[in-house]
Amino acid sequence: MTEAAAAPALRRTALNATHRALKAKMVDFGGWDMPVEYSGLIAEHMAVRTGVGLFDVSHMGDIQFRGPASLDAVNRLCMNDASKLAVGQAQYSAMLYPNGTFVDDVVVHKLGENDYLLVINAGTREKDIRWVRDTVGGMSSTHISDYSDYYTQLAIQGPRAAQVLQKLTDTDLSTIKNYWFTWGKVCGLYNVMIARTGYTGEDGFEIYIPSDEPTSARVWNEVLAAGAEFSILPCGLGARNTLRLEAAMALYGHEISDSVNVFEANLGRYAKLDKGDFVGREALLAVQAAGGPQRKLVGLEMVERGIGRDGYPVLSLEGQPIGVVTSGSPAPFLKKNIALAFVPVEFAGLDTEVAVEIRGQGVKAKVVPVPFYKRAKV
Amino acid sequence: MAYPTNYRYTKEHEWIQIEGTNATVGITDYAQSSLGDIVFVDLPKVGATVEAHKTFGSVESVKAVSDLYAPMSGTVTAVNDELTSAPEKINTDANTTWMIKLTLSAPAEADALLSAADYETFVSEETGH
Repeated sequence: MTEAAAAPALRRTALNATHRALKAKMVDFGGWDMPVEYSGLIAEHMAVRTGVGLFDVSHMGDIQFRGPASLDAVNRLCMNDASKLAVGQAQYSAMLYPNGTFVDDVVVHKLGENDYLLVINAGTREKDIRWVRDTVGGMSSTHISDYSDYYTQLAIQGPRAAQVLQKLTDTDLSTIKNYWFTWGKVCGLYNVMIARTGYTGEDGFEIYIPSDEPTSARVWNEVLAAGAEFSILPCGLGARNTLRLEAAMALYGHEISDSVNVFEANLGRYAKLDKGDFVGREALLAVQAAGGPQRKLVGLEMVERGIGRDGYPVLSLEGQPIGVVTSGSPAPFLKKNIALAFVPVEFAGLDTEVAVEIRGQGVKAKVVPVPFYKRAKV
Repeated sequence: MAYPTNYRYTKEHEWIQIEGTNATVGITDYAQSSLGDIVFVDLPKVGATVEAHKTFGSVESVKAVSDLYAPMSGTVTAVNDELTSAPEKINTDANTTWMIKLTLSAPAEADALLSAADYETFVSEETGH
């Protein structure tokens, strides 16, 4: 008997056994064996909108740039202007190809002078690191380190997130503004990076702790215990996806990819074309000079009964194919069926009616403002 | 949850309860559990004909779409309209939450279906438990 070629082993975070002990449903996510849901996607989604949820996002990658040229390297690689960051501040950004499409979106953290940390996507880790080395690896005076496996990254998200994490740290979390971070003692661990960031459209924190299994499991369990009074739930990638979709945040491979440019993805506000040269800038200037992109990412809300999903065609009301849904799902908090989709600019105006082709049938939808969900400012 | 022994089952995870030439169809507990929170059910109209092994509708959870396969051929005599507004009832009790009722056109097709014990074995092989 011959054995079939084994599929490459899935990668595991330090919390894999913890997820399995919680009876999470596990899936292959970009080569990682990750929890998609524990108690149920809708319950997890609602916990984050109304209370607090805990996510293992250790599959995300981390690239650090140090040395006198590190700012130049980051600013050559990324479209946002890292020179505007203060120490302890983070910004949404992206690495682009010369044609203005996406290598990946990233969050740039300024750890110190000449010291930057880029948090990158899981599915693109190897590609990103190769791209970084190929593009700026030859620059003198910058040292690039892949720290992806050094951290267990936990996201504590929801209106109660600050109250929960505050029980576990002596750092005054109220002093950390949105998209800022600091270092503090968390669960007895010194110098933990505590960032007020996330991917849910909700207030929350991401903490970076050592990636050994006992420490990771201990902190995970201490966060769950601290959140018990607020009915904290461990949350999987299923809720992470619906939460980010309600907040209309881009997901690599869906809204952004190597065939989508910055303006098409509606992320032009993060591209600082006047900061100096960076990879992709010339192409973006050319798109601007040509009068902007031909197609745009829009928010759709289903008007008729049906759920538009990833990859479904978008049609004009006359039935002509005009675009495609990049992400579509029922929205558990909004209780509507929503989607992000590329359509020609002439269909991108608010309230424009289109159809989504669902199993051969055109089902009516309309263009609505994004984000679909915006949390109340406190 | 146990699979009722008076039902027959498909490998596509539907159950059918047969009474003479009438039958009631739903999806199994394993199916609802694999799908997760069910939010949408698309069912045929009364009077429509369905054919064994062919799709008769679909069921959607937040994250997935799954076709529904007719266990046997027949004519739809009733549709559980309650599922339009409360599809989550399938998650709560898949064994008793029916989708469609049929008048069977080929009752002998039942012979090709799985018993509860066969279905349970099939599911355990599929999941590797």
